[in-house]
Formats: sequence, structure tokens, C-alpha cells
Amino acid sequence: MPETISLEVLRYSPERDTEPTFQRYDVPLNKDWVILDALNYIKDKVDGSLTFRWSCRMGICGSCGMMVNGEPKLTCATFLSNYAKEGRPVRVQPLRYFPVIRDLVVEVTDFMSKLQSVKPWLIRKEEKPTSGSEYLQTPDQLNRYKQFSMCINCVLCYAACPVYGLDPVFIGPAAIALAQRYNMDSRDEGAHERMDVLAQHEGIWGCTFVGECTKVCPKNVDPAGAIQQYKLTATIERFKSFLLPRGAK
Amino acid sequence: MSDARQTTRYTEYHPRWYRSRVSTWWWLARWPYLKFILREISSVFVAWFVVVLLLQIRALSRGPQAYAQFERWLQHPPIVLLNLIALFFVVFHAVTWFNLAPRAMAIRFRGKRVPDLWIVGTNYAAWAAISLVVAWFLVRS
Amino acid sequence: MAKQSNEPVLWTLFSAGGVVAGFVMPVQLFLLGLAFPLGWIPAPRYEYLLALVRLPLTRLYLFALCFLAVFHWAHRFRYTLYDGLQIKHLNELIFFCCYGGAIFGTVLAGYLLWNVR
Repeated sequence: MPETISLEVLRYSPERDTEPTFQRYDVPLNKDWVILDALNYIKDKVDGSLTFRWSCRMGICGSCGMMVNGEPKLTCATFLSNYAKEGRPVRVQPLRYFPVIRDLVVEVTDFMSKLQSVKPWLIRKEEKPTSGSEYLQTPDQLNRYKQFSMCINCVLCYAACPVYGLDPVFIGPAAIALAQRYNMDSRDEGAHERMDVLAQHEGIWGCTFVGECTKVCPKNVDPAGAIQQYKLTATIERFKSFLLPRGAK
Repeated sequence: MSDARQTTRYTEYHPRWYRSRVSTWWWLARWPYLKFILREISSVFVAWFVVVLLLQIRALSRGPQAYAQFERWLQHPPIVLLNLIALFFVVFHAVTWFNLAPRAMAIRFRGKRVPDLWIVGTNYAAWAAISLVVAWFLVRS
Repeated sequence: MAKQSNEPVLWTLFSAGGVVAGFVMPVQLFLLGLAFPLGWIPAPRYEYLLALVRLPLTRLYLFALCFLAVFHWAHRFRYTLYDGLQIKHLNELIFFCCYGGAIFGTVLAGYLLWNVR
């Protein structure tokens, strides 16, 4: 294995630059290093001005998402040695389709507000008192939504979704998957409240089932599946409300 | 939706954030995107087949000479080529559609999710059966 | 409920069209567009086809096929133009051209199938 590997990292300083540029760094090629390790090496030893987000370094916090050679990846889960044989530098860029604040840091407030709009919490007509009672749930009931609950809000799926890139009002894969997580939860009674937001053109109907979101998801949430399933649910609800206007709710 | 946004307001436009425009050729940049666009373009050839079908029905209505002319038109090399390409796209549509079907339906049987492969397999089996039935009607004289 | 979108109806037609097109078009196009014209398989006689198409069941089948397939095209093509070419400002025009074309195709199919002598 060669001693070093080159990284081409996007640099953008809002005070200095109007356009981003690439800066090349050579880092040691250790077989157990991930891209995040390389970035931290650069920051510690080579160029302290490099700015990027990271936290848990084990694929659960969702902070370190970046574009590596054009693909959205968690940099804490992407091995440097995978790129050793390419013969060209590894390109590290901030997540696509989000505004860049500085270097590799993007502004994700758009996602945050969209997530909030789908009310990702249990909605009940009457809450049970906190002491002495529980919501019982069988393993089968858990399995109906468990996959969607694995989302770590890393927004790699937004960086992969061309619809979001072309039409930023699109609510996006993770928001819909998380709405489904609560819709399918047996303890939840708020599906109709979420439907108003989801059953809009900017909601599920913007999705054309490209499927890239599911491909890049590091936690196998399958947001594309969640969206298509919800299209079916929303359609059935629409036909029900049309055919039985009073019986629908 | 507005009350959900009252909590924390960030300035939505910031003059120093860098935003890149998505190129018109975004779909050429990655192979999965190109495959997606090809899949969507297959719908044009689905519509083309409807055109051919309607031409056939019209020719049938107009008598044996008109129908013979229609059959000769189908033998023109450019039309054969077009139909060959159309066939490729229609098959591409069918394959991508059947492969994606299980994702749109989470069918649960006795609490466990039916494996994707069963649904895909059923689709292909139905495709074969239906094709045989349709062919049987058309191949006999 | 907030304003009821019509998307579910259009999506249902798109899905039904996709299913029908997927099952039936490959074999029909192969036979009609390649095997018969190129002589790989003897083509059916005119009298036989006419008798077949005259049957009400056949007319219904062909009408359903044309109607669903053309709405499948309209829905998918509309989104392709919207996303692929980024011509969002022509949104209404695209909508009317696509679904209008589909309605025209459906009416034409109905007319032709009704008038098979």
C-alpha cells in the first residue's frame, strides 16, 4: 500500500471568496482510517482552518455527511483505503443541494423546518398519565415502523434526491420516512394531521421514485419505500373521503 | 404549518452562503440518474405503442387493402427500427416496474413482511402467463 | 383537510397504466412490431383479426389498454419535463398538454373501437 493518499477538499470562506476552490492535501494512508480521520489529520497537522462537522465518529449522530467522489457518504463510515487504487485524489465536498456556509459545513435548517412540519412525535387524543401506565406494543406492531425509526437525520438522502435539488420546496425523503414512522406506530393517533402536509404537491407527490435516497441511506431506512407506501395510503384515504364523506374519519 | 415554524427562526437568505445551481444536465452526471431518466423516457414508447395500436384498429376498420397497407408500413426499415427500440424501452419499463413493485406495497402476512422476492417472482410469473395468453390469441389464425 | 389535491387520482391512473403496459405491451409489441412484419411468425389473417376486434370483450380490453397506457405516459412525461428540463415556469402548459393529450388519445381510442365495422 502506498504511504500517502491525496484529498481534494472544497474550500470556501465567506469572508474571502465568492466561489469555492479545491485545495489538495496529502495524508497518510492508514488501513483503518476513514475520511473523517483524514480530515482531522489535516485540521490538526496541516491546515487548522479547515472547517467541518463531526461528532460521534461511529455512524449514529448523522453530523459528518459529505460528498466523497460525488456520492453522499458519512465520512466516519467511509474507509480511506477504498479509494487508494483509484489513481486520482479523493474529492471531498459539502453535501449537495444545501447552501454552503463555510468549507464543508452546510445549512440544514430547511430540512429541520420540514421535519418539524410533519410532527414527528406521538399524537394522541388523550395522553395516558405518566405514572403507573404504559402503552403496550407487540413485536409485530414494532416491526411495522421500526425500519423508519432508524433515521439519524444525516440528510444524505436529500443530497442524493434530484427532485429536492431541482425543487427545494419538496419536503424530502427523511421527513416523509419519519412521518411514516409515526403514522405506522400503533401508539399514534395523528395520521390525519400529518396528511395535510404530506398529501400536497410539495409533499409526497413531488417524488418520482428515483430511489437514490434509499441507496445512500447508511441506516437502511428505505425512505423511497416509505414514500411509495404513503402514496398508496393517501390515495386510499382520498378515495374514501370522496366516496364516504362522513365515514372517512 | 406556520405554527411549527414559530419556534426558531433562522434568516433564510444569507448573502454569503454559497449556493450552486443545478445544471440542466444533472441527469448525465451519474449513471443511476441516467437510468432513472431512461426509465421515465420509456413512457414515450408506451404512448408510441398506443399510436401503432390505434393505427392498426383504424386499418382493420377500413378493409383488407388498408390493412395490407398498414402491414407493409410496419415492414419499412425505419419503422422496424423504431419498434425495436420501442420494444427495448417497453421491456425496460416492465422490468423496472416489477422490480420496484414490492417497495410500494408493504404486504404483511401474519405479522411478518412478505419477502420482496416473492412479490417480484409473482409479478414475473404473471407476466409470463399473461404474455402466453395474449400471444395465443394473436398467433392463431 | 387542506385543499384536496387531485394527484391521487392521476397517480392511480399512472400506476394502473404502468401495470397494464408492463404485462401486455412487451408481447404485443414484439408480435405486432417485429415478429409479424419480419415474418418470424406467420401474421394473423385480416378476417380473423377483424372478427377478434369486433368482440365486445376485445374492444373493452383494447380501450382499457389505450386509456390507461396513455394516462401513464401523461403523468410520467409531465414529471420528466418538470424535473428533467427544469421548465417549471411552463408548469400549467405542461399539465394541459400532457393530460389533454391523454384525453384526446382516450377519446380517439373510444371512437375507433366503437366504429369497428
